[in-house]
This record gives sequence, structure tokens and C-alpha cells, in this order.
Amino acid sequence: MKNNRITLDHGSGGLATKELIQDVFLARLSNRYLDRLEDSAVIGIEGGRLAFTTDSYVVDPVFFPGGDIGSLAVHGTVNDLAMQGAKPKALTLGLILEEGLLFQELEQIADSISRACKEAQVPVVAADTKVVPRGKADKIFINTAGVGLIPEGLELGSHRAHPGDAVIVSGFIGDHGSAILMSRSNLSFGAEIHSDSAPLYDLVATVLEKCPFDKVRLFRDPTRGGLATVLNEIAQSSNVRIEVDEGAIPIRKKVSGVCELLGLDPLYLANEGKCVAVVDSGYSQEVIDAMKELPIGAHAALIGRIKALDVSQRPVVTLKTGVGGQRIVSMLSGEPLPRIC
Amino acid sequence: MKVLEVQGEQDDFLNPPTALVEAQGTTLNARLDIVDRMPEPGDYVIVHAGFAIHTLSSEDAHKSLELFKDLAQHG
Amino acid sequence: MVDLEQVFRDRQMVEALLERLMDKLSGPLSFMEVCGTHTMSIFRHGIRTLLPPDIRLVSGPGCPVCVTSQTDIDRMVGLSEIHGVVVATFGDLMRVPGTAGSLSDARARGASVEIVYSPAEALNLAGSKPSSQVVFLSVGFETTAPVVAATVLEAQARGIENFSIYCCNKLMPPALHALFQDEELEISGLLCPGHVSSIIGAKAYEGLCARFSMPCVITGFEPVDILTGLYHLTCQASEGKAFVENVYHRAVPQDGNKRALALMEKVFEPTDAHWRGLGTIDKSGLELREEFSAFDVQRRFEIEVKDSQQPKGCICGKIIRAKALPTDCALFAKACTPTKPVGPCMVSSEGTCSAYYKYGSYEEQ
Repeated sequence: MKNNRITLDHGSGGLATKELIQDVFLARLSNRYLDRLEDSAVIGIEGGRLAFTTDSYVVDPVFFPGGDIGSLAVHGTVNDLAMQGAKPKALTLGLILEEGLLFQELEQIADSISRACKEAQVPVVAADTKVVPRGKADKIFINTAGVGLIPEGLELGSHRAHPGDAVIVSGFIGDHGSAILMSRSNLSFGAEIHSDSAPLYDLVATVLEKCPFDKVRLFRDPTRGGLATVLNEIAQSSNVRIEVDEGAIPIRKKVSGVCELLGLDPLYLANEGKCVAVVDSGYSQEVIDAMKELPIGAHAALIGRIKALDVSQRPVVTLKTGVGGQRIVSMLSGEPLPRIC
Repeated sequence: MKVLEVQGEQDDFLNPPTALVEAQGTTLNARLDIVDRMPEPGDYVIVHAGFAIHTLSSEDAHKSLELFKDLAQHG
Repeated sequence: MVDLEQVFRDRQMVEALLERLMDKLSGPLSFMEVCGTHTMSIFRHGIRTLLPPDIRLVSGPGCPVCVTSQTDIDRMVGLSEIHGVVVATFGDLMRVPGTAGSLSDARARGASVEIVYSPAEALNLAGSKPSSQVVFLSVGFETTAPVVAATVLEAQARGIENFSIYCCNKLMPPALHALFQDEELEISGLLCPGHVSSIIGAKAYEGLCARFSMPCVITGFEPVDILTGLYHLTCQASEGKAFVENVYHRAVPQDGNKRALALMEKVFEPTDAHWRGLGTIDKSGLELREEFSAFDVQRRFEIEVKDSQQPKGCICGKIIRAKALPTDCALFAKACTPTKPVGPCMVSSEGTCSAYYKYGSYEEQ
């Protein structure tokens, strides 16, 4: 490419667009669906139920420790499918590029997408690129859609938690959110915190091998809004109280240290490679052991229980604190703000 | 937080002094413009919003800890 | 190496302290915790749920954003709308609702407002934008004021002329004196702020203690600190004693931080200030001394503000004075929530209403 930046010409649909698609995307994402370059990909589906999802990625900064917007887009989408027990079958990619974006950066992102797709064993079957004038987008925005097939007999949902069920988390909480905040912060921190961005299907599949389908209630990945938000959503959908033990929640020392300094609560920070599982309490050990078979589940832990609501009590998440006190964990409201005094 | 390194001098408003401090696996550059006593490596500082507000020696920090433990046990 | 931070959250120590406290308790007591950081820490660790019902904790005026007057908020928003001005502020102030909207609303309409973590960041911003007038909204108590003073001196040394401050800093002891003059306020003891005390020293509370026979205990923010503080307050109150006790030795010297106080003294002088909820209190605020008046944004710009009005139905003023709890407010958790706040107590990270909403039992649990 003569030019080293994206120009409006690349979004015109003409020769420059064709070259962009060929040189940046087909060179890296080639498969029998995408290579055809038709208006729609045609995919055979065996009878059954489809999990179907869409997501948009506007992460800032675009490159961060542990990943970039490309790998995040793939992981996030396949994880949404995995939370329904679905093996990812196909992804689509819609890219909005800001005029002036460096080609080198775009290629880096495309490489990242390619690697993530290979790791997750999912093809990108359709894609689209548009270019907007400088200032109308922040480098690159990505929208995705994903489909996957749900195994027969598996019924999962946030409304399915029963009193007595166990609440399990697959590993350390708050890594992605703190990695992003630290890359954006003007404070000079020395801690190295990496995003946990990773595909979760294998973890989910391993759990489903070891635990009968009717004993698993739900999987949720605590992305935006963090663990606290997902637990509140489950409590509301299932009309229950969730009791969590602060001491049992796995959090890296560095993450809690940084959160203390910034005045943030790790329970509200995003995770991109973790899941919450609610299962019949009789199977909680099997599920934790299954998760621990894989590196990304090495720190899986039982963090709480589902409890029935008292008469006229509203769905709530309560936390037993490290010193034995009790408090409520509410939904995230607004953006985390720094302290002053 | 524990002080690892100190740079600069107080009253140098053009190049305000900082200390590399560490706690719980995190390091931070804390400003020393308003701290009561310039720390040395090995000292501890209390940090508020990125600024050190008080320096204490490692001995003082441990003594303080012992006082709490005593109180909890004996009163 | 002992992990000092972990020790102050040790569960067994907390339980032991609680036992000692309950042994000493001989009747109902009400303690005021004045610092917003204490309010948050007490909630976050669930300390109220550990205390016996005879001990009541109330919050005081220790949230600098909450005590900033409506007029000052409106003037800050007005400032942001002046062409060429870039307002640099702590994040907490962004969503405080002024009479004609918040700073966040002004930014959405095109005003230049940047969130900073310290005044030094604001100064660097001024250095990098020579054609803009960068104004730092200086809100805070005695922990923030010395830092702002050092920043003003740095601006002077570096010759940065496009930097100024909107000075709203306030002093804690005068507010406490004003607060306790209310004879209806029944407080058995005061849990004094931690980091403010690092600066002003333990001795700063002696006047208050003597005048009102008020037990004063200075303590830190960790659970062990807070329980120790409450234990000592219980001892004093139960024995009918009143003196200033410092249990935050690791951070608070008797005479305070002389250097920080000298910096404050050099750059600022006390002035009368208007506090939300408490009214105007003599010599309770800071203003820049004449030789630094060039850094006072009010000398550079005329700020136009139409009638400032208190938000309707908001009782932040009463809550700041410990005359009401957030749950007494008709708007709490209904018309006033963190996403659509009516008053500052719901939006500040140290606000009482915000703490109750986020952590507290506003419903029967």
C-alpha cells in the first residue's frame, strides 16, 4: 500500500475498498464462506436451537495489556454464545474506521482477530468496512454478530436460579477493567495488570461434560458493570436473594491494591474471560474441579449461595464483608469516579 | 506505603520531588511537595490522592501496629 | 515482612475490639463521623451491622462536594461556558446538579470540561494548552489545600499564566464549632477525620473538645482503626470524660504537618465561606492572598449566574447537619438516585445519600 493511513477513499466501495478487504482481511481471515465475497454467507444448520448475538466494541485505548479491540471483539462475541452453552459456529464483523487510522494498526488488529478466531475455532463468514471522516469515530469501532448451536436438552437462563443453588466464579475478578483504567490513567503506576480477555467455550463445555444438564441453571459473563451487576440481574430475574462471601471472591492483590488507590470497587470492573455459573449445590465441587482442569479456570471458586426472599423482600445481593459485617451490593450507577477530600 | 526511591528536593517548585512507593504489589510515584519530613528508602509514607502527607520510619510503623494488637488483646 | 495493610482488616482483631466495646457500653450513645471517607468505609465493611443497637452512627459535614454551595456550583457551570475556558475538576463535581444543569450537562452542550485526579494535572494541562484558560475547581478541606498551594507556587515558578483556580476550599474545625452550637444535636462523641488531621494535627480539636465537652477520637479508615476509635469513644462517653485522643498515630502527629500548614499559610488566608446546609461561617474558607491573586479566576472573568436555587425538595442541608437521614428524604431512591441525582449528597463519592443508596439497607433486609 502506498499510503500508510486509511483515507475516505477506502470506504467508497470502489477499488481502494477492494484492495483493503483483500490485503488486510482476506489475507488473514480466509475461509470458504468469506472468500466467496457474496452479500450473505450461506451456512448449513443441523436441526436445533440457535444462539444468536450482537456486540459493539468501542474500547479506549484500542491496544491494551493483554489484547486489543480485535481480540476483544472475537472473545466477547463467542463468550456471549458460550453463556448459552453454544459452540460458536460463525461470526460477522462490521468495522467503522476513522480516516487517518494507521494501516499498521489496522493490520495489527486484523492479525489479532485472526489469532483469536483460530483459537476459538470460529470463522468470520461475513464482514463490512466503512470509513468516516477524521474526528467522526475514535480510530476504529467494531460491531459483531455471532451464531452457535445449543445442545439439545440444555435450558439455561438468568431466571433459573433456585434457593440453595451454588454461585461459582471461574477466576480472578476485575482484571480487564483495571487494565483498561490503568492504561488510561495519568497517574504513574507500576503494576502490570493484563486484561483477562479469552474465549470461554472450552470452559463451559468441560463443565457441561461433568455436570448433568438439569443441574446447571445458568452461565453469565460479567463484562460491563462487573460481577456486581450480573449478580443483581440474576437476583432480579430469578426473584431471589444472593448471598456472597467477600473473602471467597478471587481478586488479584495488584487489582485490589490499584482499586484502593483509585477509590474503585473491583466488583464493578469488567471481566472479559470469566464466567459466573449457578448450579445445583450438590454439583458445586464437580463444577469447580471441571473449571480447574483448564488454565483459565485455575482459580475457580464458590463465592455464594442463592437464598429465598422473605415475604415482601425485594431481590437483592448481600455481601458478608471480610470483617464479618454485612452490606448490600447494588447495581452499578454511573461511571466510577475518583475520590477527593 | 513503603518508600523504594526518592528523587528531587522539597522547595524545588520547578522539579517537585517524588518517591517511588510500593504497597500490595503496586508501585506508584507519590509527590513529596507537602510531606512533613522527606522520606528515605525504607521509610513509610501515608499517601492521599497521589501526595505523601506524612512520613514515618519502619520502626514507627511497626510500633503502631503493636499498639493495636495490644489493645485488641488486653486493652 | 508483615503485610501492614492486611492487619488493619483482620477479622479476629475486629471481633476482639467489639467485645471490649460492648463490655464498656452502659447505655445508648450517638457518635458522629465527620469524614466522607469514614462514611464510605463504615458502609463498605458493614461496620454498622456489627455494632450493638445502642450505638448510633451519624454522618457529618465531611464531604467537600456536598458542602459546596449551590451558588458556587452554578458559578462553576457558568465558568465552563465562557469561551476559551477549560475547566479542570475532580470527577465528583461533574454530575452535581446546578440550577441550570451540571458540569456534565455543560460538557454535553460543548463546554470544555476535563476530569483530573490532582491539581498538578490541571497545571500540566495549562502548560499543554497555551491558548486556553485552564481553571482548576479547588474543592476540598485541609488535605487538598496544601496541594493546591504547592501547585500555585509551581505555576508561579514555571511562569504558567493561563492557569487559575476557583477557590472553594474550606476548613473543618470552624464548621464543627458551628455545627455543635445547635443545642438540639445530641452527639456523645466525634470520630475525627483521618487525613485532615494529618495536616492540622491532633491539637486542632482541643478547642472544640473543651468548649462542648465533646470526646474526640482521631482514627484511620480501616476496620480495625474504626473499631478502635469507636471503642475509645465508648470508653470516654461511658465514663463521662471528654478529651482529644489520637489513635491514628501512624498518620497524625500532635502538631500536624508543619510544612503543609506553612504552604497553605503562604498562599491562602482564611475568609468567610458559605456552606450548603450550614450557612455562612466566619473564617471557614480560604482565599488566595493578594500576592497570588493573579491566580484567582474571579479576578480574570466576570461569571454571570442567574438566581441560584436550591433543588426543590432536597434535604441535603439537613443531612449534612445530621438532622435527618437519607431515608427521611421523600426523594431518596425515588426521584433522587445516582443516575438522576437531585442534590450533591447522592452524587458525590463521599456523600451520605450515595453511601446509603449503594450499600445501605434502605429497604428491610
